[in-house]
Amino acid sequence: MDEILEILEKNARVPLEDIAKMTGRKIGAVKKAVAKYEKDGIIIGYKTVINKELVKDDNAAVRALIEVNIAPQKDVGFDKLSERIYSFPEVSSCYLVSGTFDLLLIVEGKDMHTAAKFVAEKLSPLEGVKGTVTHFLLRKYKENGVVLKYKEENKRIAISY
Amino acid sequence: MDTYISKCVDKMKPSGIRAFFELVLGMDDVISLGVGEPDFVTSWPVREAGIYSLEQGFTSYTSNKGLYKLRLGLNRFLKKNYGLDYSPDEEILITVGVSEGVDLALRAIMNPGDKVIIPAPSYVSYGPVTELAGGIPVFIDTRKDNFRLTPSALEKALDKNTKALLLNYPVNPTGVSYSRKELDAIKKVALKHKLLCITDEVYGALTYDFDHTPFATLPGAKEKTLYLDGFSKSYAMTGWRIGFACGPKEIIAAMTKIHQYTIMCVSITSQMAACEALQTGHASVEEMKREYRRRRELIVDGLNRIGLECRKPQGAFYAFPSIRSTGMCSLDFCKKLLQEHKVAIVPGTAFGDELLDRVRISYASSYEDLKEALARMEIFLKTISPGGKRGK
Repeated sequence: MDEILEILEKNARVPLEDIAKMTGRKIGAVKKAVAKYEKDGIIIGYKTVINKELVKDDNAAVRALIEVNIAPQKDVGFDKLSERIYSFPEVSSCYLVSGTFDLLLIVEGKDMHTAAKFVAEKLSPLEGVKGTVTHFLLRKYKENGVVLKYKEENKRIAISY
Repeated sequence: MDTYISKCVDKMKPSGIRAFFELVLGMDDVISLGVGEPDFVTSWPVREAGIYSLEQGFTSYTSNKGLYKLRLGLNRFLKKNYGLDYSPDEEILITVGVSEGVDLALRAIMNPGDKVIIPAPSYVSYGPVTELAGGIPVFIDTRKDNFRLTPSALEKALDKNTKALLLNYPVNPTGVSYSRKELDAIKKVALKHKLLCITDEVYGALTYDFDHTPFATLPGAKEKTLYLDGFSKSYAMTGWRIGFACGPKEIIAAMTKIHQYTIMCVSITSQMAACEALQTGHASVEEMKREYRRRRELIVDGLNRIGLECRKPQGAFYAFPSIRSTGMCSLDFCKKLLQEHKVAIVPGTAFGDELLDRVRISYASSYEDLKEALARMEIFLKTISPGGKRGK
């Protein structure tokens, strides 16, 4: 993968000037490359990683991982039914996976009740959905390469040769 | 008897800036750009390999030369990266960092009165360790050549008692490094006078503007080179204390003799972790290098902007600006900057009495800290030289 993408994937807020310095390229070339990545849909968006456990907010969302077994359909396989499922706004991620189930969903709701209701009233009744298993997230340790904890203190001595 | 202390150690000068170091350690909330080690922790796979080796009960001595697995790993690593082929049986020794490597090398080769050429400024240990080994350090002042060793300066410093050249690059404290062409010119002089070239290349992986050239890869140099390197800077493993020496087998054998009686072997945990670093560490080296490069731009541009003339270092993570414009001596400058603005940097005099107008600034600190430190230094410079005139 291009170095520019590696850098932005880690930290989307690194200024383009800095990326130019880090990679030894000209600023114009970096700007052009990023613009092209955005145009081609290689860079889809820039988001902020928030450790929600530390946010004092009563509306904090709960998340659930849901395993879904579905019946493939003629000609379109899993695609059509997957689309019906991932189009629900409650579904934040949707993956087709190998193994004992077919789809892995990440569902967000304002509480357990809302998430459960989504499964019972929207997901399970769909034709072709053969079964679901819901896992509520209890604690996040690491997400998208970021360890969710307080900053570690510096362990180096303050001055050395 | 006046003292139990040996004459050699007794006359060894304690570091003149120890009091300054103590001052720094006693203060809170200091932004320290005085640190000679990476601000990254060792990558997790490497730490995990160390932990796992303990769980497995690897708590014994190893071969004096170091674990065969590690020497073999190094053999492959050096072959792949530099085309250097050192026999894991006879030409590689695992040492307690490059520091031990330098000590062993000098003790292995020095007879009383033998001279070692050391380009100055240099890392702090070279002079004292040479004297401990019974040799005479001959420093070449490189200030007028922009801190670079030139072939003619080397030629001039030689006499019939000169046995070795101790060459560190990229250089701590100046950040200077040499292109292949420059090294080749230095090599020609060294070979002509049959010098042993002891090279400390511990910052080699942190070279930014061109590829690092190990001295031993120069045509005809390998047989006359003792190549010292380590894991401290490239893999952020300073506290593991592990490095290696590669060279002609008679020199490695002589060094191993001393090593086996004084150290026995490097900690097995560190050796196990180092094996892993060779396997999986490449990605983290590249990432670190990228980050250092960005910081280098920030600090060099920043220093020049606020009025401290600074050349762009080619390697390591140090900037070595001139503070001549302030009219202050480096120790006073650093003390005042620390006490009034809580930024710690190292006075040039730590690396040689003559470096009164230089300071070493380490950019192995976070980008945010570097920005803040530059802002504080800018305010400091304004207070000491109002209107750009020389302050008191």
